[in-house]
Amino acid sequence: MRAAPFPSPRPSPASGRGRILALLCLILALLPLPALAVLPSERLADPALEARARALSRELRCLVCRNESIDDSSADLAHDLRVLVRERLKAGDSDAQVLAYLTSRYGDFVLLRPPVQPDTWLLWFGPPALLCLGGVGLAFALRRRRGAAAEPAPLSAEERQRLERLMREEEA
Amino acid sequence: MIVELGHYALVLALFMALLQASLPLVGAARGHPAWMALADSTALVQFGLVALAFAALIHAYVTSDFSVLNVVQNSHSTKPLLYKVTGVWGNHEGSMVLWVFILTLYGAAVALFGGALPPPLRARVLAVQGMIGAGFLLFILATSNPFIRVVPPPPDGDGLNPLLQDPGLAFHPPFLYLGYVGFSMAFSFAVAALIEGRVDAAWARWVRPWTLAAWCALTIGIAMGSWWSYYVLGWGGWWAWDPVENASFMPWLAGTALLHSAIVVEKRGALKSWTILLAILAFSLSLIGTFLVRSGVLTSVHAFAVDPARGAFILLLLAVAIGGSLTLYAIRAPALKLGGLFAPISREGALVLNNLILATGAATVFLGTLYPLFLEKMTGAAVSVGPPFFKATFVPLMVPMLVLLVFGPLLAWKRGDLLGALGRLKLAFAVSAAAALAAWHFTTGGPIGAVLGIALAAWLAVGTAVEWAERVKLFRAPLGESWRRLRHLPRAAWGMSIAHFGLAVLVAGIAASAWQTERIETVRPGDTVDVAGYAFRFEGTEPVQGPNYSAQRATFTVTREGRTVAVMHPSRRFYPVQRMPITDAAIRTNGFADLYAVITDPGEGGAWVARLYYNPLVPWIWFGAVIMAAGGLVSLSDRRLRVGAPARRGAAVKAPGAAPA
Repeated sequence: MRAAPFPSPRPSPASGRGRILALLCLILALLPLPALAVLPSERLADPALEARARALSRELRCLVCRNESIDDSSADLAHDLRVLVRERLKAGDSDAQVLAYLTSRYGDFVLLRPPVQPDTWLLWFGPPALLCLGGVGLAFALRRRRGAAAEPAPLSAEERQRLERLMREEEA
Repeated sequence: MIVELGHYALVLALFMALLQASLPLVGAARGHPAWMALADSTALVQFGLVALAFAALIHAYVTSDFSVLNVVQNSHSTKPLLYKVTGVWGNHEGSMVLWVFILTLYGAAVALFGGALPPPLRARVLAVQGMIGAGFLLFILATSNPFIRVVPPPPDGDGLNPLLQDPGLAFHPPFLYLGYVGFSMAFSFAVAALIEGRVDAAWARWVRPWTLAAWCALTIGIAMGSWWSYYVLGWGGWWAWDPVENASFMPWLAGTALLHSAIVVEKRGALKSWTILLAILAFSLSLIGTFLVRSGVLTSVHAFAVDPARGAFILLLLAVAIGGSLTLYAIRAPALKLGGLFAPISREGALVLNNLILATGAATVFLGTLYPLFLEKMTGAAVSVGPPFFKATFVPLMVPMLVLLVFGPLLAWKRGDLLGALGRLKLAFAVSAAAALAAWHFTTGGPIGAVLGIALAAWLAVGTAVEWAERVKLFRAPLGESWRRLRHLPRAAWGMSIAHFGLAVLVAGIAASAWQTERIETVRPGDTVDVAGYAFRFEGTEPVQGPNYSAQRATFTVTREGRTVAVMHPSRRFYPVQRMPITDAAIRTNGFADLYAVITDPGEGGAWVARLYYNPLVPWIWFGAVIMAAGGLVSLSDRRLRVGAPARRGAAVKAPGAAPA
């Protein structure tokens, strides 16, 4: 097995002359590169195993790319990881074991679906909580307003006249 | 010389914006007509100056003036003329100028067509626009100036990234910015209303055209970006939940919610303060979207530090705009009068639910996009939030909304009849079940979600048609009567039906994309690969010379049951200036499915790795988006928006035929 190059997560601070270069690199990094992912040579003979490998590949981040899964990426690292995933599957690992193996090597960063744990509770449960709070808040507000303004006062004679006039205008 | 003129025009525009941001506001507060009128003239002059600066920058690109740093970094003399022009906004500095250009364009439109607006409101709206303009012009001049010269000028430029040299991407940013910046109008109206302390039906009617226009442009802009990624990136993906995509999607969600809640303000006078908040949020998300993409903060927190001045300025601008408007909201919103009452089951109730879900959707995308940044800043832990997260959270949120969408238009205002609506949707339910069964029968494999998605699309389409048929009393009244009703149906009603139908088409396209057939094979000349019943025969490649690239062009003859259906030419280009290879996909569509071919890596003896796809219904994703935008445009042409809003009660404003759109 080839050792997968682990990216340095912190680029050295750009200074002086290097600034333009750093900016250019940044712009290049911002643009997705055309995908040349999943080469025929990587494919497993067993279609069921290959299908599992593809599904797993979509859950794993190409660590050196900008938000691309290893299934989509053409980077060398993505290729190495795709081969690694297939090797683990061939060795008889379950999907969960493959993900656990990769997480132990590369950390949670490699998972495109972040694990549910205390520091991601806000991420996972924030939106549903918002939905529930919004729903409950709305129900209360509606009820309170309905209670506050029970029955509207009947129309005065002048108002009734005006209403009829408006209705006639609408018809015409 | 022209470059310096452009630079100077930008400086003058900044002063004009400062003038526009201050005097009309004082004029509106003290009731000086002349000071209020200053808003119009400054808005027009500011537009003229920014247009001049923009034209000067385009001129520098077209004439390949390599004494300008921005041109050197982003252009090349051999680039085709179209991409010399569009390269202007293919980089940070130029795109900021485009942003301000569109902002002042909207300001000028208010000054020219806003005759029906009461002068104090118009002055205040334009003043807020002036503040936004001043902030951005200051940002450009202080940290992102595109007019800086280089001495000595290099012989040629660095060129534009080949991926951006594409007609789809050329017009993607202008549409996106028309949408982003269009929400600044809703924002300005909201802030002006908070200053005035008055939100009523007339206000909602004035805001509507601007919101609609922005929403249409943003819909088209996002669809263009998605189409571009489909045919350029080479694996047939059309949405990757990439932060850059999310950045444009958040304001779209908030804007869609705003469009719907403004209807309630206009028709029933309720949801005023929520609508104001949405207007502020839609534009705040646009601002955040612009800066997320432009600052590079998404790639890494550290990229932000590449240019600390720029980063600090961005944060300051965001803090002032968003913080300021929300503070004003917190102070003034409680004073807004409550509107009409309604039962939970009513048109209002349905629109409130729509807003609740869309707002939660926007919050989900916001959290997912920014959470990695937030967590890294807080604890140093690195997590990734990718498509699997959004599929698990966003999709379950949208499905119930789409199911319930059909009920909304069938419910009456104030108090609706749910059972009645259910009864009227029997046909939609039957068709939807039939569609699901048909999809189940005719497809093999694929996720069950796709079958349900097709059922949902049918439900939406038929439900929308049922509501339209009821409006014109189709088959319930004599045909002549239906025809009369059809002709008198307001454009806004047409717009709604068309846009909802477009959504149905979009949903069908998204659902069916799960049935994609993919083959990745190494092919030699003469080889045939079968993709979903289509035989792709690889004939070989030939070298081709483009204007600024060389390419290997492949030929695939596609046959089905012995009959030739297409000859496709995917190619692999090489751009020598950037030393960058690009795959150019070949797509053949019949409107119902795409054949999609890409060649990627060359092998020995004329062999290539080919990626071949059959994508059923995927073109409907873009058809759907275009139909939705068309619905918005039809609604925009509604009589009540064209003929000017009614005068405010009490305020003696007679509309002289001019409309705010």
